Amino acid sequence: MSVRFGIAVFPGTWSDRDCAHAVALTGAESVPLWHADRDLKGCEVVILPGGFAYGDYLRAGAIARFAPLMEAVREHALQGGLVLGICNGFQILCEAGMLPGALLRNSSLQFRCQPTWLRVESTSTPFLADCQRGQLLRVPVSHGEGRFFADPETVGRLNSEGRVALRYCDQAGEPSHLANPNGSLQNIAGILNQQGNVLGMMPHPERACEELLGSDDGLRLFNSAIQHLAALPG
Amino acid sequence: MRIAAPRSAPTPSELRELALTDSEYRAAIDQLGREPNRLELGMIGAMWSEHCSYKTSKALLRLLPSEGGRVVQGPGENAGVVDLGEDLLCCFKIESHNHPSAVEPVQGAATGVGGILRDIFAMGARPVALLDGIRFGDLADPRQRQRFARVVEGIGWYGNCIGVPTVGGETYFDEAYQHNCLVNAMCVGLVRRDRLVRARASGPGNPLLLVGADTGRDGIHGATFASVQLDQGAEERRPAVQVGNPFLEKCLLEACLELTGDPDLIGLQDCGAAGLTSSCAEMAHRGGVGLEIAVEKVSRRERSMTPYEVMLSESQERMVLVVRRGSEDRFRAAFQRWGLHSDVVGKVIEEPLFRITEDGVVVASLPLQVLIAGFPERHPAVRAPELSSVLSADPLARTPPWTPEDAWLRLLASPNCGESHWIWRQYDHQVGDDTVSGPGGDAAVLRLRGRPDALALTVDSAHRSATLAPRRATAIALAEAVRNLACVGAEPLAVTNCLNFGDPDRPEIMWQLEEAVGGLADAARTLGIPVVSGNVSLYNQFDGQGIPPTPTLGVVGLLPDLSRRLGAGFAAAGDLVALVGPAGAGPARVELGGSEYQRLAHRVMEGPAPELDLAQEARSAAAVRGAVQQGLLSSAHDCSLGGLAVTLAESALLGGLGARIRPPVDLPERLPPSWRFGLLFGETQGRYLVSLPPEQLASVGAFFGKHETPFIALGAVGGSVIAIEGVAEVSLEQAKIAWSDAIPGRLELRRSSGS
Repeated sequence: MSVRFGIAVFPGTWSDRDCAHAVALTGAESVPLWHADRDLKGCEVVILPGGFAYGDYLRAGAIARFAPLMEAVREHALQGGLVLGICNGFQILCEAGMLPGALLRNSSLQFRCQPTWLRVESTSTPFLADCQRGQLLRVPVSHGEGRFFADPETVGRLNSEGRVALRYCDQAGEPSHLANPNGSLQNIAGILNQQGNVLGMMPHPERACEELLGSDDGLRLFNSAIQHLAALPG
Repeated sequence: MRIAAPRSAPTPSELRELALTDSEYRAAIDQLGREPNRLELGMIGAMWSEHCSYKTSKALLRLLPSEGGRVVQGPGENAGVVDLGEDLLCCFKIESHNHPSAVEPVQGAATGVGGILRDIFAMGARPVALLDGIRFGDLADPRQRQRFARVVEGIGWYGNCIGVPTVGGETYFDEAYQHNCLVNAMCVGLVRRDRLVRARASGPGNPLLLVGADTGRDGIHGATFASVQLDQGAEERRPAVQVGNPFLEKCLLEACLELTGDPDLIGLQDCGAAGLTSSCAEMAHRGGVGLEIAVEKVSRRERSMTPYEVMLSESQERMVLVVRRGSEDRFRAAFQRWGLHSDVVGKVIEEPLFRITEDGVVVASLPLQVLIAGFPERHPAVRAPELSSVLSADPLARTPPWTPEDAWLRLLASPNCGESHWIWRQYDHQVGDDTVSGPGGDAAVLRLRGRPDALALTVDSAHRSATLAPRRATAIALAEAVRNLACVGAEPLAVTNCLNFGDPDRPEIMWQLEEAVGGLADAARTLGIPVVSGNVSLYNQFDGQGIPPTPTLGVVGLLPDLSRRLGAGFAAAGDLVALVGPAGAGPARVELGGSEYQRLAHRVMEGPAPELDLAQEARSAAAVRGAVQQGLLSSAHDCSLGGLAVTLAESALLGGLGARIRPPVDLPERLPPSWRFGLLFGETQGRYLVSLPPEQLASVGAFFGKHETPFIALGAVGGSVIAIEGVAEVSLEQAKIAWSDAIPGRLELRRSSGS
C-alpha cells in the first residue's frame, strides 16, 4: 500500500498545493487536512506547509497552534507519527512547543527568496535517513521570519543530541556567515524533536523536486520518509 | 417614488472634490431631468472619473486592435483572456496604483497588487504570476530611496503573503519621476474554459451578495483622487489610500475559486475603484439589468456611516456576486467555511436602474446608462510641443566627460542598467512550483503542467526617448517586449497596457497620449499582437510638471517547447558571439538621442529618437525564436538600454564568462572620440546579442539569411575581460562589482554612512 501524506490547510496556507505536487512526484498519495477538523484521515505523514496561517497575526504560527487540527497532529507525533513542518509549518511547530526555539525576523529585516545549500547534520530522522551526514542539498528559502533562535542551553542540547538536522552552508559545505540567509543561530536551518519523527525546517524541499525548477534534492526528504515507512513491519 | 432631494446646488469646490466640471454637472442634470442629490452626485463623480470612465482616452483607445485568433475576451471585462489551447485560458491585466503609492508607498503598492489579483480571480482564474513596472526619482535623494524601498516592500508583502509568485518586472529611475512614482502591477491567471466567469448580473430577483472585508471609510474618493494632480497637500489625502489585508484576500481567492464551478453563480466582480458603486453598476450594465442595494444591509467597520460613504468606500478585499435565487445560503456557508462574512445586500431588478435604499427609503436612483455611458467624452486640445531644435541637435557634439571604459562601468553601475537582484530577492518568485525562469532575465518562463509548452511573460515601458518621440517610443516598447519573448523562444499572444501620463488638459500632454496610443496601435497591428486589456493613469503631475509619457506594456507569450528555452547569459567559453539585426552606429547611424548614456553623461535629452523598422522587427523576432526553438543558439539577449556595451556585459555577467568582440561596423581609421560612445552605448533598435557553438555558424547564418534578418559574427565567449576591440574593454571583475552594487550600493551603504 502506498504511503499517505496529509497536508494541513490553514486559512493563509499557500504551499499546500506545491507539497501535494511534490508528494505526487514520489508516487505517494496526499490528502488535504482542514485546520478546523481533528481528523488526520489515516495519514502516516503530516506536512505543515508554508504560508501565513491565520495571517500570522501576533506572531507567525501563534494562532495556528490553537487550531483543532494541531491537537490531532500533536497526538500523531506523540505516537511516533511523522511530521514535517516547512517554513510557516516550522514556525507553527515551535509555537506549539513541539520543537524548541523560535523563528525571528530575518537579520536583514527583509523577506528573502533565494536558493541555499543545506548540509545534512543528522540522519537520525526518517526524513533524512536516506542521506549521508555532510551531504549537501540545494533547496530554496522564502521567508521574512526565519532566523532560528534559542537560548544557549537549548542550542547546546540540540547539538549534543544530534537534533540539528540541517545547516545553511556554502557550496563547499562550510556553514559560513555569507551562506546564512537570515541570521539563524549557528546557521541552523532545520531541527528535530527528541525522537526524530518531527522535523521543522525553513527551506522549501517541495520547491526542489524537479531539475527543471533548479534542483531535485528536496525529493530525498519525501522519498526517505516513504522508504522508512515501507520498511516498518506490519 | 420619492428621492431624497438635494439640499442645495453643489458649490464649485464640491464639484472639484468630485473631479466634475460645471459642464459635466449640467450634462448629468440634462440626462436625469432633475438635479442629482449628494449621494447621486458622488456616484456620478466616481463613475465619470477618468479612472472609471476613460472619458479622455476612450476615443483614442478605440484605435487599438483587440481582435485575434486566440482572443476570448478583449477590453471591457475585469481582464483580457486568450486561449492557450486544450481548453486552457490565460487571463491577464496590468493596472496602475501611482497616486496611492506616492502618498503611502507600502500600502499603495500592496493594494495595487491586491486589486489586480482580484481582477484575475474574479474571472475564475487562479493567479499564477505577478509582474510590475515601477519608476522613481533619483536614488541620490533620500526620500526617493525610502519611497523605492517601501514600494518594493509593499509589492513583496502582498504577493508573498498571498502566495502568488512575482516573476518579473521593470524598474527605472529618473529625476522626472521625483514627485510622481509609478507603480504598475500585472497579474496573470489560468482558468479552464468551462470555469471562466464573467462579471454580469442577470435574472431579476436574484440576490446580490457582498463578501469579504467589512466596509469602512477608507479610500473614499480614491477613483477621483487618482484623477487629479498630486499637489503639496497630497499627504493629507492619505485617508484616500486603502489598507491591504492579503490574508483576507487569500481566503477570498480560495473561496471564490471553489465556487466558480457552481452553476448557480451568475456573476462575480471585485470591488475596486469607486467600490460598490462601480462594481455593481458595471455588473448590472453588462447584464442589461438593474440592481437595488439596501445600504443598511452592508456590514460596516465604523459606526454612523452615511449611504454616501458606504457606496463610495474603497475598502479592500471585497467581492460582489449575483447568485440564483434560493442558493444564497449555500454560497454564504461556503464563504463562512473560509471565515468570510457575507451579506445579501440587494437584488437584481428589471429596470436598468441603480437604486439605493436606506431603511426602505430610496436615497438614490440613477439610470445605469447615465452612470456608465452618460459622461461627455472629453476631447481636450492637442498640440505638439516645439521639439525641432531639440530633435535636430547632434548628440555627438558634446564632449564625453569620461573615458569609454569609465563610461561603460558607470552605465553598469546605474540602477537602470545594474542588477535588480536587490529587488527581486525580496519577492517570492517560486511559489506555485511553476517558475522555470524567474526575474532577472529577458522574460519570465512558467511551465504549463502536463504540456510541452510554457508561458513567457514580460513587462516593458517606453524609454526616455518617449519625450522626444512618444509614438515611436511606444512602438519600441512593444517591439522590445517581443524581442524579450523571442530571446527565451516565445511567440507573443497578446498585450495589456497601462498608460501613465500627465495632465491631459495640457495640449502637449494630450499630444503625447495621442501619439503613444497611435504608436501602440501601429506596432500591435504590424507585429500581430491584440491589445486585450488596459488601464489609463492620467494626471501624473506635480505642481504643473508632468511625468514623461510612460506607456507600460505587459505581454504574454507562448513557448512551444519548454525544453528549448534559452537564457540571456553566455553559456560556454568558445561559443561565438553574434549580433542579430541592424549593426547600428555606422557613420549614418549613431543613436544616442534619449539614451541612458546621454542621461548619465550629459544630463540632457536631445537628438532624434532611435529609428524603428516594425516589419524588420517582426521578421527578426520570428527568426530569433525559430533559432531558439530549433536549438541553434546558446544564449540570446535583447540589446536595449545602454546599447551594445551594456548588453554584452550583461550576457557576460549573467553567464560568468568574459567575451571579446569586434565592432559591428567598420570604423574610420582615426576614430573621433565621440564615435566610440555612439558605438558602445547607442540604442539602435531591433538588435539581439546571441551566442552559438562555433560549429553551428554556417547553419545559423543561413537560417537568419532565410528569414531576411541581418546576422554578423563578432567574436567569442571566454576570458576574464569584456572587450570591444579597438574601442574599450573592462575586466569581468570590475564590471561585476559595478553591476551588482548598482542598487544596494545606493541604498544600504548610504543609509549606514548617514546614520
